[in-house]
Amino acid sequence: MRIKEKFENLKKKGEKALIPFIMAGDPDLETTERLVLEMEKRGADIIELGLPFSDPLADGPVIQQSSQRSLEKGTRTPHVFELVKRLREKTDIPLVILTYYNPVFSYGQEIFIKEAAQAGVDGLVMPDLPLEERDELEETARETGLDLICFLAPTSSRDRINKTAQRARGFIYCVSLTGVTGVREEFSPSAENLIKDIRKHTSLPLALGFGISTPRQAGKAARYADGVIVGSALMKIIDKYGENGDLLVQEVGEFVASLKKAVTGQFSDYRL
Amino acid sequence: MYPDNKGHFMEFGGRFVPEVLMPALEELTREYYKVKEEEDFQKELTEYLQDYGGRPTPLYFARGFSEYIGGPRIYLKREDLTHTGAHKINNTLGQALLALRMGKKRVIAETGAGQHGVATATAAAKFGLECHVYMGEEDMERQALNVFRMKLLGAEVIPVSAGSKTLKDATNEAIRDWVTNVENTYYIIGSVVGPHPYPEMVRDFQSIIGVETREQVLEKEGRFPDSLVACVGGGSNALGLFYPFLEDSQVEMIGVEAAGFGLDTGLHAATLSQGRAGVLHGSMSYLLQDEFGQISPVHSISAGLDYPGVGPEHAFLQKTRRASYGSVTDEEALEAFKLISRREGIIPALESAHALAYIIKERERFKEQSLVVVNLSGRGDKDVNAVSQVLEVEK
Repeated sequence: MRIKEKFENLKKKGEKALIPFIMAGDPDLETTERLVLEMEKRGADIIELGLPFSDPLADGPVIQQSSQRSLEKGTRTPHVFELVKRLREKTDIPLVILTYYNPVFSYGQEIFIKEAAQAGVDGLVMPDLPLEERDELEETARETGLDLICFLAPTSSRDRINKTAQRARGFIYCVSLTGVTGVREEFSPSAENLIKDIRKHTSLPLALGFGISTPRQAGKAARYADGVIVGSALMKIIDKYGENGDLLVQEVGEFVASLKKAVTGQFSDYRL
Repeated sequence: MYPDNKGHFMEFGGRFVPEVLMPALEELTREYYKVKEEEDFQKELTEYLQDYGGRPTPLYFARGFSEYIGGPRIYLKREDLTHTGAHKINNTLGQALLALRMGKKRVIAETGAGQHGVATATAAAKFGLECHVYMGEEDMERQALNVFRMKLLGAEVIPVSAGSKTLKDATNEAIRDWVTNVENTYYIIGSVVGPHPYPEMVRDFQSIIGVETREQVLEKEGRFPDSLVACVGGGSNALGLFYPFLEDSQVEMIGVEAAGFGLDTGLHAATLSQGRAGVLHGSMSYLLQDEFGQISPVHSISAGLDYPGVGPEHAFLQKTRRASYGSVTDEEALEAFKLISRREGIIPALESAHALAYIIKERERFKEQSLVVVNLSGRGDKDVNAVSQVLEVEK
């Protein structure tokens, strides 16, 4: 519900959602908690929290290394749920967990969904669980009110877009390019057409991710998407300042503020 | 009939990949099912397998080894005598032909021991395809000879330094390449793993091993073997031998996994013996993983078996009890490696040595049988360096 309300409120104000991604437990869980609260303060609308997986095959080197650091610190599923519980005492910002299917399956998918929802997680994103394999999970998610986020990519056929639009909840995660996550010089020109195509099939909010790493790129994306997801660029800051907690929180806050500034403002009509 | 139309072998198999790849897998499945039924394609492939690949490979009566075991007549299916020295060429010729058919000019592959990399580079050279092979840095070191062979064949070998620097990480990296270059790239997976249709397709291309074995064993012995034995990493040589015998319920099938330093040390690659169900590299199967679904580090002296997953059809065959799975340690495999070299004049690949070692380890049981076929999936030249280092240390 939090995700839906957030997008509705933003729409009323004529704003777009800024959705930063950070890996839980990198550099440590306490810092992750501080970072979430700081990002909210500086303009983040929804937070994606990574639950690390040992073999993140949709991720480029930056998020791979971040996952590795978090796992080496011992971060596992229960720690991330506890982190969410602590955050829920302090904030109502929509929280989405991004992970791969195996940690969810291994935990017991029903238990995972229920515990996540109880902890206060609003959505779950798994890049390696396509529509065809998520029937069971979808049912459990619906019962608990947790949104199972769907992906669409530049390669998705009309038929797949249609099927996805019918089953998607929360928002649709639109992949801006064929590739893995990571910082890129140029913003993919195919993204705009993808969003326009998907828009014909659904009224759900469309968030664009992969390869968006600067305020300029985020601003460009926000011209036609309802939300902008930024991950690797943040994780690079975390890698750089990881040892110095206060400076890290400050730097991440500044960066999020600059993204938010780029994402909001004059773009009142998202069908532009 | 397995797999079903979504690529499932009961709860195993399926397609667990990023959305970007789903349309490519749908297209590949359509194209593969077309050529599977197409006489011209199959005829062309058979010609290449014979005249270029060196098939059929002999089914050889291993007198020295049989006498050593002291019971059954043991035959070796000599996949080591194919072009490039392992069964991998059966699959890469098939998939390279399919890539050509689909108009793809660039192929990629992952490799552990380097045999699949060499077989892919070979097929790519033959058919004029651009070839990139991902290989873990640790494997590049222990299989240096194969790295050089791939380069000679014109392939680019891309070192993978992430994670354990072995086959698992090379596969991650190959998938990432495919996600990025899916429009113009064909991914030649080397084993019966990955998302549908790969487990089925690789099994079909490797089934030539079992098809030939059936004919040859009937000709030589007038009956089917009591058991088939093959090593299992991802499991393509085993499935290639087993699959044509699946309906012959009197034929026992045994897959042999790598027990590394020993099952109780936690440093092994015995996925079916010690793993739990889970998803890695695009399909549901058994995995070596921790309590929370993080993939465990694995170990085997054999780079080709050093993998925390296994093909979904093996998980299925184990679950339905059509096949059984055992394991042998590095040490047992090394003993078999030396023994077969001396008794038969054949230096087997360390992978294949695992299958042979299992018969030595379980010799009391095999003594009850009268006819056994072992898949000698590859030759051991590539391993001589690594083995000499281990034996040197032992001295």
